[in-house]
Amino acid sequence: MFEMFLGRYVYAFIVGLLVIGLYGMLGKRNLVKKVIGMTIFQTAIFLFFIEGSTKLGATVPVIDPQVGTEPALYVNPLPHVLILTAIVVSVAIVGVALALLIRIYRTYGSLDEKDILKGMDK
Amino acid sequence: MSALPIIIVASLFLSALLSVLVGIWQRTLAYIIALAGVGISLGAAAVGLFRVLDNGNLHHYLGGWLPPLGIEYVLDPISAFMTLIITTVALVLMIYPPEVGLSQAPRKGIPLYGLVLLLLTGLAGVVVTGDLFNLYVFLEIYALASYTLITLRGGPAYLASFRYLILGTIGGSFYLLGVGFIYFSTGSLNMADVARLLPSLYDAPAVTAALALIVLGLGIKMALFPLHVWLPDAHTEAPPIMAALLASIQIEVAAYALIRILLTIFQPQYLSGWLPVTSIIGWFAAAGIIISSIMAIAQKDFKRMLAYSTVGQVAYIGLGISLANPLGLIGALLHILNHAFMKSCLFLVAGGIRQQTGFTDVSRFAGLGRRMPLTMAAFTVAALAMIGIPPTAGFFSKWYLALGSIDAGNWAFVAVILVSSLLNAVYFFRIIEKVWTTPPKSEPSVELAKEPVKRITAPVTILAVGVLVLGLINAVIVTEILRPAVTQLIAG
Repeated sequence: MFEMFLGRYVYAFIVGLLVIGLYGMLGKRNLVKKVIGMTIFQTAIFLFFIEGSTKLGATVPVIDPQVGTEPALYVNPLPHVLILTAIVVSVAIVGVALALLIRIYRTYGSLDEKDILKGMDK
Repeated sequence: MSALPIIIVASLFLSALLSVLVGIWQRTLAYIIALAGVGISLGAAAVGLFRVLDNGNLHHYLGGWLPPLGIEYVLDPISAFMTLIITTVALVLMIYPPEVGLSQAPRKGIPLYGLVLLLLTGLAGVVVTGDLFNLYVFLEIYALASYTLITLRGGPAYLASFRYLILGTIGGSFYLLGVGFIYFSTGSLNMADVARLLPSLYDAPAVTAALALIVLGLGIKMALFPLHVWLPDAHTEAPPIMAALLASIQIEVAAYALIRILLTIFQPQYLSGWLPVTSIIGWFAAAGIIISSIMAIAQKDFKRMLAYSTVGQVAYIGLGISLANPLGLIGALLHILNHAFMKSCLFLVAGGIRQQTGFTDVSRFAGLGRRMPLTMAAFTVAALAMIGIPPTAGFFSKWYLALGSIDAGNWAFVAVILVSSLLNAVYFFRIIEKVWTTPPKSEPSVELAKEPVKRITAPVTILAVGVLVLGLINAVIVTEILRPAVTQLIAG
């Protein structure tokens, strides 16, 4: 049982982050906290990809004559490249989200969802 | 290898960049570049459709890297059909004046055309790509463009857009997580390759998890009931052209991605196995059709009513996908085409009414038929198509969906389709009656109302005529395009 947990504790950690992120996005009333939750959620997914690419005893994926050409000796580079792209996407999303928050704050003078809805009814 | 798939995406993308740069200096030229970009893309999509139907699928390998290593763009009958819908509707919408359609005159520093073209790039990209991760990137490209374009009217639109951003990101992230599971199970991201590798892994829990996550993610993106909560606000607050684009193409592209994942990558027999994805989608869609139609009846605001009706129409498409038999899929694809024309026409009419009278409430539309006969005639045609009255286009897609349900032996779905048509009739006939038979009220905004400018009436008329023409030639579309497309899809 404990062995199994040791082998998979990273995944438990990732699931924990996903849940925290989802709670932040859907459970919090403050819009900035929602953005923070979104970032945590996306980061958890990035970690999942990176964790999947690691191998015990493997090195950086640049062919080294001393190591040889055996694929098992190198870390899988593709997930890193995918996640680099995904990070760019998430930076763009956070940028747009923060820009929206600025506009919301200037219009309603608050970042609390309840106050904003009150401001809309007026 | 053929260059057509990449031309469809690249001409949109390059014209997006160019029109932003040129727009700093001259706005008219930016508009012409935008038109040219969409025009070239439309031409390539049309040529592509004919070639694909005659000679089979067209492939383009990005950078010359062969799949499964490289990214592949594929034009098959369904993706060619979808790109043709996207570019045609986009070109018609671009006639509409941006001051009314996007609520802002294109001025220096606001790259309106660039954003619209980026949205279209994302949509076309999702349709032609043959790579799972590339699909995620295009999903987020169009989503980002949508978030910004929804806010153009200001005020409540900011919050609507923010809520959509949060839920859209959850959807995209779930999809990405699902792709991760598929990648770590199969070691490939190319759709054709994954489809070949997956059957031997069907027992693995990771594959089931991947399927569940991807369906959940794309379900949020396509606003499949009950994941539609972001849609009514976003579509109501969006300016008319954006509302038309979002409702008529953007949602449907996510539906297309779902068709791709469910039927190209997974096999239908897996979908009805341990995790019965198709029947889950089907029953939620059936519930969504009824509930959203009832919600639409309860709405006073015209655009909000249309937004709830969109939820219902997307659920029709979901229902067709869930049947996973040829007739049901033909119904779903035909409904994507018909809905693109009907709903964009209705949203453009809403924009025209608002520009002429300032009205958004359905109750104040009394007698507008006499003041703006052409616009209202187009509205009536599109509304009749939404209800599904022959010979308008809407009837035939519902007909195929009903046939597909009978074929699957599911009479409950047939009943749902019939009942929802009656509910649609309730909320549209209410307006049609008010517009044509009630005498106009004697208040200044009604007295002064007249037919909007030609740039508004032209696209509205084209779309309304399109709804009629699509209804009349639907047999040709089904036998020439959709039947071979669906046969290829189900045969794998």
